Amino acid sequence: MSVFDDLVGQQAVVLQLQAAAAAAARVVAGDDSTASAMTHAWLFTGPPGSGRSVAARGFAAALQCEDRGCGHCSACHQAVAGTHADVAVVVPEGLSLGVAEVRRIVAHTARRPTAGRWQVTLIEDADRMPDYASNALLKAIEEPPPRGVLLLCAPSVEDLLPTIRSRCRLVPLRTPPADAVAEVLVRRDGVDPAMAAFAAQAAQGHIGRARRLALQEDARTERRDVLSLPRSLHGVGSALQAAKDLVDAAQAEAARLTKDRDASEREELSTALGGGATGKGYTGSAPKGGAGALKELEKRQKSRGTRTSRDALDRALVDLAAFYRDVLVVQLGTGTPAIHGDLGAQAATIAGATTPESTLRRIEAVLACRTALDGNVAPLLAVESMALALRTG
Amino acid sequence: MPTDLLSPLTLIVGDEELLVARAVSDVIRAARADDPDVDVRELEGSDVAPGDLGEVLSPSLFAERRVLVIHAAEDLGKDTAAEVLAYIAEPLDEVTLLVVHAGGAKGKALLSSLQSAAGRTLSAARITRPGERRDFLRAELRADGRVVEEEAVGALLEAVGNDLRELASSASQLLSDTHGPITVAAVNRYHRGRAEANGFAVAERAVEGDLAGALELVRWWSMVKLEHVLVTSALANTLRSMAMVASAGRNPAGVLAGQLGMPAWKVEKTQRQVRGWRPEGLERAFQAVAAADADVKGGAVDQDYAVERMLLAVVQARGAGR
Repeated sequence: MSVFDDLVGQQAVVLQLQAAAAAAARVVAGDDSTASAMTHAWLFTGPPGSGRSVAARGFAAALQCEDRGCGHCSACHQAVAGTHADVAVVVPEGLSLGVAEVRRIVAHTARRPTAGRWQVTLIEDADRMPDYASNALLKAIEEPPPRGVLLLCAPSVEDLLPTIRSRCRLVPLRTPPADAVAEVLVRRDGVDPAMAAFAAQAAQGHIGRARRLALQEDARTERRDVLSLPRSLHGVGSALQAAKDLVDAAQAEAARLTKDRDASEREELSTALGGGATGKGYTGSAPKGGAGALKELEKRQKSRGTRTSRDALDRALVDLAAFYRDVLVVQLGTGTPAIHGDLGAQAATIAGATTPESTLRRIEAVLACRTALDGNVAPLLAVESMALALRTG
Repeated sequence: MPTDLLSPLTLIVGDEELLVARAVSDVIRAARADDPDVDVRELEGSDVAPGDLGEVLSPSLFAERRVLVIHAAEDLGKDTAAEVLAYIAEPLDEVTLLVVHAGGAKGKALLSSLQSAAGRTLSAARITRPGERRDFLRAELRADGRVVEEEAVGALLEAVGNDLRELASSASQLLSDTHGPITVAAVNRYHRGRAEANGFAVAERAVEGDLAGALELVRWWSMVKLEHVLVTSALANTLRSMAMVASAGRNPAGVLAGQLGMPAWKVEKTQRQVRGWRPEGLERAFQAVAAADADVKGGAVDQDYAVERMLLAVVQARGAGR
């Protein structure tokens, strides 16, 4: 067993990280002969769901563990869970990671490790740092404290400033192959092998999404609803209706995901402000500024909700693009396995009725819709425009 | 009547900005005419701290004239409100105090005490009803004792819109531009074709194929402050309704209204608009609007151009597919 067990289909990366952990252990023991295998700044890149943060946490554990990441000692458990005293895990919650937060992180990296090994700082979604926040981090990377280690995660190298990425050792993760994902689902979550194979294929290498598809019936229903869109494009009216259904479903999903969390956060804040209190000194009304704090919280929650529904819509569009990719595979007869294997019959029907050229145009339309959503176009309008383009091809 | 204007305490009740600003500037002008060295202070109710008023409202050695305006008196704190009332009980000769109060439930106690003490009370209530707006405009036009045709008041209202400041300034412009009685003809000479632009008015012209009309409205609007997003979203809405009505079949408007969840008049209007459109055209129009929506939200350097290009594309799409 090792801390890298959950890192699926990334053998090369695991070897690299294990070698680094071994070198790091020798450095701790006072032997600098192999110190070059270890360095102070690492950048984990890879598509969403490939396991960037799993790899980074695993590496953090391997650095803290006496046995280079055994996976069962307390140091390993704490490092992976983010509770180790010498591992600071930063997960940006809002839309960006501000400069104040980064300065705090920099101060933390400069401390001596309490356990005498390494002071690790892990930033998930480092791509959310604006330029000025990155510049605040630069100093810590340029002149690293002797035992400080900085682990950054981002979708691609281009998401960080050149000054940052040129000072990091790169850990590129690939999209894990479907059979590796399926194997993990069977081993770790006890999923039935057939279901695991289907979920791994449909999730296109996104491990978290594969697990949701395998374990949750509503995730499968939602996916089926999304993929029924190509069959409901008879007229302009039905295309627009399908677009509306798609957007509504994304909003409903976001509402479901955020509702409970929103309510409990509001409850906590109002309790903190003295709401519902009784007894001596209680004036019966919220203290001054309480309403403003609640409003501020609601604003944050609303932005998070928008983000969530946009993510849900984006996931639906990725599925849809993959469906048309399957259609194209049938039309060109390449024999490449389908992503949505369960919808092979529908893909074949559409493939027979259309041309490869129009399929390519449809894929373009789906991708253009993703770009439009990214550019803040009204979601309904963007999806409607896409649905109409899908209709004519 | 400067003496009347310079009453020791003037109360202005209401929150119609234009009227308040006029009343305040009338008083200040009268005070300056009386004594060019008058010291004018304007305070916001919410900014006044206890003690601030004492500084302004206590007797001074040289007894120079002072004007103090307290805006938004409903926001005064309890202590400062008490300071105002204490001053009113013993006013100073050289001070002219103006208190502006919104007149709502907030700070009501202060308002009623002020009302009983005020030498002069003016109303600046917000003008909301069309009839009141008409009265206001008529009074503006008659200010110089000019004869005003009732139809001319209506025509000017229609041409200029609902903003009180714009109404007042167009009235004074009209008074200085014309001589003799103010007639409909005089109004039309200066204000013809000027209508209040909004997204739906632009969208309506575009889908009916009136490119010149749509562009004219947008240009008019950009004179003030064109809200590009309102144009794209209104056009998207209009096209959406058209597509729904077009694909709902040839039912009577009343039946369709129930099916589509639209009012019957809107169904009828949309049915009229959708004539002359083909599905292919609608598709192209949708795409043009979606592209323009991205453009006006930061995708394009020139948002005005993006909107005009979209209007052109929509009007061209109308003929497509035939």
